[in-house]
Amino acid sequence: MTRLSFLLGFCFCVLLGLPLVLDKYLLGLFIMTFYYAYLGQSWNLLTGYTGHVSLGHALYVGVGAYTTTFLAQKYGLSPWLGMIAGGFLASVIGLFVGFLGFRFGLRGVYFVILTIAFAEIARIVVSHIEALGSFSGIFLDFNPGFLNFQFKGNVPYYYISLGFMTASVIAARAIETSRIGRFLVAIREDETAAQALGVNTFKYSMIAIAISAFMASLAGAFYANFIFYLQPNQVFGMSLSIELILRPIIGGLGTALGPILGSFILTPLSEISRAYFSKGGFEGLHLILYGVLTVLVVLFMRKGILHYVKRALSPLLRLQR
Amino acid sequence: MSILVARNLEKHFGGLAAVSDLSFELNQGEILSLIGPNGAGKTTVFNCLCGALPLDAGEVILQGRSIRGLEPFEVCRRGMVRTFQVVRPFLNVSVLDNVLIGAMSRHGRFAAANKEAVRVIEFLGLGKYTKAHAHSLPLPLRKRLEMARALATGPGILLLDEVMAGLNPTEVDELIGLIREINHRGTTILMIEHVMRGVMALSERVIVLNYGAKIAEGTPQEVVAHDGVIEAYLGKEFAHAHGNRS
Repeated sequence: MTRLSFLLGFCFCVLLGLPLVLDKYLLGLFIMTFYYAYLGQSWNLLTGYTGHVSLGHALYVGVGAYTTTFLAQKYGLSPWLGMIAGGFLASVIGLFVGFLGFRFGLRGVYFVILTIAFAEIARIVVSHIEALGSFSGIFLDFNPGFLNFQFKGNVPYYYISLGFMTASVIAARAIETSRIGRFLVAIREDETAAQALGVNTFKYSMIAIAISAFMASLAGAFYANFIFYLQPNQVFGMSLSIELILRPIIGGLGTALGPILGSFILTPLSEISRAYFSKGGFEGLHLILYGVLTVLVVLFMRKGILHYVKRALSPLLRLQR
Repeated sequence: MSILVARNLEKHFGGLAAVSDLSFELNQGEILSLIGPNGAGKTTVFNCLCGALPLDAGEVILQGRSIRGLEPFEVCRRGMVRTFQVVRPFLNVSVLDNVLIGAMSRHGRFAAANKEAVRVIEFLGLGKYTKAHAHSLPLPLRKRLEMARALATGPGILLLDEVMAGLNPTEVDELIGLIREINHRGTTILMIEHVMRGVMALSERVIVLNYGAKIAEGTPQEVVAHDGVIEAYLGKEFAHAHGNRS
């Protein structure tokens, strides 16, 4: 385990130093990599560890983005505080979705449909609220400054998103090894058996969705102040919900590092192939590449790429399994 | 003294009476078996006792208190835990982590739970599989794992649902010894079993169900000599083999 920590520490130090050598474009690429890794991790807690499949996680991203932005524009509240408010609001909404799903025993596809429905309802509702910019969305004013969560250049965003991602790994790992984490995994493996052994499966499922929604909404706040433009279809849309689950699936569900590895594979691949194919006049071809990769991983590496990387590295790292 | 009382239990699935007007008492410290043909409603009784299925009528009194409206996890915390006929291990985690789930529902502190889990695993002879994933275990060991998890919750009453099915005679004998030992250490046992060898060896009393109703109750010897039981379940050869017919 110490060698693995050492390797991870080394990677972290390299990431810390990268802004010294990278240009703005590449920094942006890393920021998006960290961003999707973090988002994937938030989803991973609910779905990878606990087994409740959410296909509407964009809902929480959108709530975080819009709450933070609305509070900042209307009341001048610093996004650092606004995103905490957004986090709690997202948690409350998550708890409501969870209550309907878990209390009334919606499992499998029925829970999936519930999560999609709520995300779509939110997208449509926000699209019709004048104060939130309706369809055309909100442009954020650019007032650089730490309190405003807005910065010139990409370097501060780079470190903030790196911090988010790192914190999410530490949090996932802490949850995984805790009492709660073990109950979550038991729920994923067999909810009925977990119940029979004294686990309050409803309570722990609710805890999982609350944490997951909170985390996802912080990513929304970051996104708003990085992109400076919010549009319902983008932050509440189905495509974001799908985008953010691909990384943990490819990297490895129910593992603290899976979403990170998945994002380091998929995000650059998507960006670079998009740029490359668009130049050649094949716009959208990168999506096909994406789809093919996902299918291959699902077919041949069902445990996620991390599992195989670990196995390949295990002699070197002296891992247990 | 009765640790568990079932009063006039009724459970219907549509027009089918899975359990009808079933009453029985489980005495502190005994081993009571529930036998009967397939479809007699035995597992349904377990589901009702544990709160997994709501009763249509009747009442279950656990240690003097009704369990009406309790969820399975609450029944477990009150000291009654069940195993599943079709075993349900947490496949993708280790044997230790499986048993830990049971132990943690009783012990708040992780270290205490871990100690208890290791103790139970050793007790059930799973020691060398502690770190193995549950999916790597063959069925006989999965059945033991199922029992280990349940025992780790520290139950006063253990409900065993056909833990001997599918085992060879040697494994059955081992399990008989183990169940006896669990009982000696103070756990009251209610078991559903088809393996009559186990029923005869362990039970102080036997209840026979057919079409959801109790058709006989008594010592194992009394029950296997009962005309209705032979008719419904055991068959004539069994009665002759046990020499209880005169």
